[in-house]
Amino acid sequence: MDFGLILQTLPDFLSGLWLTILFTVSSLAIGLALSVPLAIARSSPNPLINWPVFAYTYFFRGTPLFIQLLLIYYGSGQFEWVKASWAWSVLQHAWFCALLAFVLNTTAYTTEILRGAIEATPHGEIEAAKASGMSRFLMFRRIILPSAFRRALPAYGNECVFMMHGTSVAGLVTLMELTGVAQVIQSRFYSPFEAFGTAAVFYMGLTFTIVAAFHALERRYHRHLRPRS
Amino acid sequence: MKKTIIGLAAALALAAGAIPAIAKEWTKVRIATEGAYAPFNYVTPDGELAGFDVDIAKALCEEMQVECTLVKQDWDGMIPALMAKKFDAIVASMSITEERKQRVDFTDKYYQTPARFVAKKGAGIEISEAGLTGKKIGVQRETIHDKFATDNFGNVATIVRYGTQDEANLDLVAGRVDVIVADSVALSEGFLKTDHGADFEFTGPDFTDPRWFGMGAGIAIRKDDKDLTEKFNAAIAAIRASGKYDEIARKYFDFNVYGS
Repeated sequence: MDFGLILQTLPDFLSGLWLTILFTVSSLAIGLALSVPLAIARSSPNPLINWPVFAYTYFFRGTPLFIQLLLIYYGSGQFEWVKASWAWSVLQHAWFCALLAFVLNTTAYTTEILRGAIEATPHGEIEAAKASGMSRFLMFRRIILPSAFRRALPAYGNECVFMMHGTSVAGLVTLMELTGVAQVIQSRFYSPFEAFGTAAVFYMGLTFTIVAAFHALERRYHRHLRPRS
Repeated sequence: MKKTIIGLAAALALAAGAIPAIAKEWTKVRIATEGAYAPFNYVTPDGELAGFDVDIAKALCEEMQVECTLVKQDWDGMIPALMAKKFDAIVASMSITEERKQRVDFTDKYYQTPARFVAKKGAGIEISEAGLTGKKIGVQRETIHDKFATDNFGNVATIVRYGTQDEANLDLVAGRVDVIVADSVALSEGFLKTDHGADFEFTGPDFTDPRWFGMGAGIAIRKDDKDLTEKFNAAIAAIRASGKYDEIARKYFDFNVYGS
């Protein structure tokens, strides 16, 4: 173990850590916002609304994130009509391609997590909401979604950790997040153990932070499930 | 912690001492190449490794009368894998540089070609600090060309670093970078002469400054295996003298690839 090397390259790792955090937070935030309406559509009994969403989540859950990123990054550059269109003004940036892949991926998973939680709403709650004359919108806002979010919390916490780990593929399209930095450092100093070991420690720190945050959220929102003392 | 490490080291030293040191007879040599750096090394459509490096490696093995196996190894892990004894030699157009020499030994060079920039035809980019200001330069990361671009233009241009040269070429075609800089032969044979590279051309002068471009490409070998380095050196001299080298070089290039 060469600790001098780790200390010397720490600034690079910190800037990589920052990019990893930026990717994780922004893709999770955008993904969560998109997946709420999609999950409602996905739990609709109307197949015309339900099926397109299912096709989307099926594709993005059925293929590796790495392939999705390569399709978006190198795939888009292959077609002249893409490069001639307005889309190229954003697709030419590696960070946009990565963010797009991350958002599409996490949205697919989060949609399915929320759909499951929505469909598990006890019938009694819905009947009571209907009986008290709530509109569909009010019923979703006051009854179904709040309890669905609670039920989805543990599964969503896992998704956040997976997404954070998933951002490591950004290093493969020239972005200098933690894994990208580690790859450069290992090939500069020929010290893979120090390079990837340091990255692993940072990833672990991030994971524990996310896990602790979700523990705190569960303590608060799952109070009703705790045994009474 | 420290004690365990000392204990482990002692155990290892004992184990190593227990085996009598036999001078290794080289009958089998495992050689690594990258397979993504045409025409020097690439993978043919049917999955075979081929190219100038591969042909040279085979000729050297024949000369040394050893049995060789070729393995494909990504550039990033090349030197660590050599040191981890995954293979015994690297014949992958690896330039002889001071940094690398600290970790591994090199044979004498087996070729030397200049570095050049490539841009879209008629792009009119001047290869100078002023001309490259605000431009994006694509390179294969942690190569001599990366270091050259970073040291000379890193403060005015954005250096975009790729895992392989193929990816840098792809992104030049896609328009994500304005120029790429790499070995002139790799660019001419592996990119400009292909359908992909039809709209692109060399721009600016040849770069050969040994400060960045070293002493040409050599074969990297573990520092412990001095005897193998000597065997390879003798074999390189032998195929240069016998005309075998020129025969292989003519297959790929219409100029003197060995350099001066």
